[in-house]
Amino acid sequence: MTVPFETATDPATAERPASPPVRLRRPVGPADPGPEGGRPEDATPDPSGAPGPMSVDAVLALDDVSCWYGGFRAVRDVSLAVERKRITALIGPSGCGKTTLLRTLNRMNDLVPGYRIDGRISFDGHDLFGPAVDPVVVRRRIGMVFQKPNPFPKSIYDNVAFGARINGYTGDIDELVERSLRRAVLWDEVKDKLRQSGLALSGGQQQRLCIARTIAVEPEVILMDEPCSALDPRSTLQIEELMTELSRDYTIVIVTHNMQQAARVSDTTIFMTMGDDRAGFVVERGPTQEIFTNPRDRLTEDYVSGRFG
Amino acid sequence: MSAATAVRATPTFRPALTRRRAAGIAFAGVAVAAIGVLLLALALLLWDILSRGLPWLDADFLTGVPSRRPERAGILPAIVGSLQISVIVGLLAFPTGVAAAVYLSEYAPAGRLSRILRTNIANLSGVPSVIYGIFGLALFVRLAGLGFTLLAGALTLTLLILPVVIIASIEALKAVPDSQREGALALGATRWQMVRRAVLPAAAPGIMTGIILAMARAIGETAPLVLVGAFTFVTFLPDPFQGGYTVLPIQVYQWAQRPQADFQAISAAAIAVVLALMLALNALALIIRARLSRSIQW
Repeated sequence: MTVPFETATDPATAERPASPPVRLRRPVGPADPGPEGGRPEDATPDPSGAPGPMSVDAVLALDDVSCWYGGFRAVRDVSLAVERKRITALIGPSGCGKTTLLRTLNRMNDLVPGYRIDGRISFDGHDLFGPAVDPVVVRRRIGMVFQKPNPFPKSIYDNVAFGARINGYTGDIDELVERSLRRAVLWDEVKDKLRQSGLALSGGQQQRLCIARTIAVEPEVILMDEPCSALDPRSTLQIEELMTELSRDYTIVIVTHNMQQAARVSDTTIFMTMGDDRAGFVVERGPTQEIFTNPRDRLTEDYVSGRFG
Repeated sequence: MSAATAVRATPTFRPALTRRRAAGIAFAGVAVAAIGVLLLALALLLWDILSRGLPWLDADFLTGVPSRRPERAGILPAIVGSLQISVIVGLLAFPTGVAAAVYLSEYAPAGRLSRILRTNIANLSGVPSVIYGIFGLALFVRLAGLGFTLLAGALTLTLLILPVVIIASIEALKAVPDSQREGALALGATRWQMVRRAVLPAAAPGIMTGIILAMARAIGETAPLVLVGAFTFVTFLPDPFQGGYTVLPIQVYQWAQRPQADFQAISAAAIAVVLALMLALNALALIIRARLSRSIQW
């Protein structure tokens, strides 16, 4: 995706700096324990000291999770942790259950008839599927950005204000809309047309509007399901830069088919594939740099080097 | 095609562009002819009605009451009756129909029961309207004790158009992409908030279209109203809760069956009024629809 963009011919890109080369975001070492030093209930220190499947400050921790659509097991035996304020990428071939797993994390798949999970997912130490947990509350705290931009057929302003209104936001909505649009790096492009339909924007702008809409309800985690697959390279780059920026405050989990994208933006990469029973499983989880340069499993190596998938 | 190409060993393409283009032109011709037949029939109908009715269509006719003498007859009671009925039908059928459609489309678990319900509602929209009249007579006029009132007529027509409203609304709701529902839920919306703030606004233009079509049908109905007591000779303005009312199609029918040419002419004038009312209703629908769908382009 390091295509040199036609900056000379496209006025919209004129003010943008030249696209940076593919890079790994951060030098990846053992994860920073963070100020709290981890939570005892969901963090298991890895005795070897290497970045293992359990990290020290996990927002989401999956323990032996299997996902079922009726009698079909789509994902099996997944145990992993999602680090706070990091970007975790889920990669793997089509049909390996990445999206199922992602949609499980904010209980979006509850809506699919016959869907259920085994195992345990904890969110900030609480059982995500506990009987007292209201999925409506979960979904505000764990936001989601979809594959195809899906702004509401409302004004740009109303799109961003939607979540605030339904969740009874008591502050100044004007201010919230501006702040959210600024954080999504969309404000300068839309500040003069907030009353226009969100659907009148370009695809990349629509996706940033959806991100603005998501951060307006102040979630802790943002799940992104192939957020750039419907976008052109320039919009993709903008979204990637935005994700890097957002990861200072939010935990991000991104499903992507684009391995360069995973390499560019993520701190941790989880590689999934599927077995003969078509159930997806996690092959390897590790710092992105290791997954891409020195994978431990041959399946991972084949996939990231393009020999499979 | 030459014999040489026909016997060529390797498979090849025979574009036959002339034939393919001709097929397209032929189809366009058929389509234009279909439209032409429709427009011709409509033009003949309009010309027939307007040429006979227009000379009679004046303020006296619109504000007068029926009379034994065609030159003094008017259709105000029928206009008022039709307007009252359509307002009541609209007020009853709109919320009931949309609520039923929202339930079936957004709440009811998908399954056999829901499918059976939907099929039956679709079937109901095909039941002859006179059967609704008999049902209305038994239920509203007799059992509920409303008597032969305009209200009983309006309730009967509400039942008649409810299936149409429900089916059209379900279709409009189904046309809203699931991505809209997920978008709302992902922001922490409850199911009702999702329906109220994301799904219904997006489906509103389609729902409106269905309602207006159903209302037009209600305004044009005659048979069921005859059974629930719409009179043919009403010289006073109807009170929805007291007996005695008529509507435009019934007035048209009553005049049209008189042997005198003048009565047939005022019948044509009354038809012109019905058409004008329909046109006004459809224009209103168009305006509302355009307003609602201004921002909706998937």
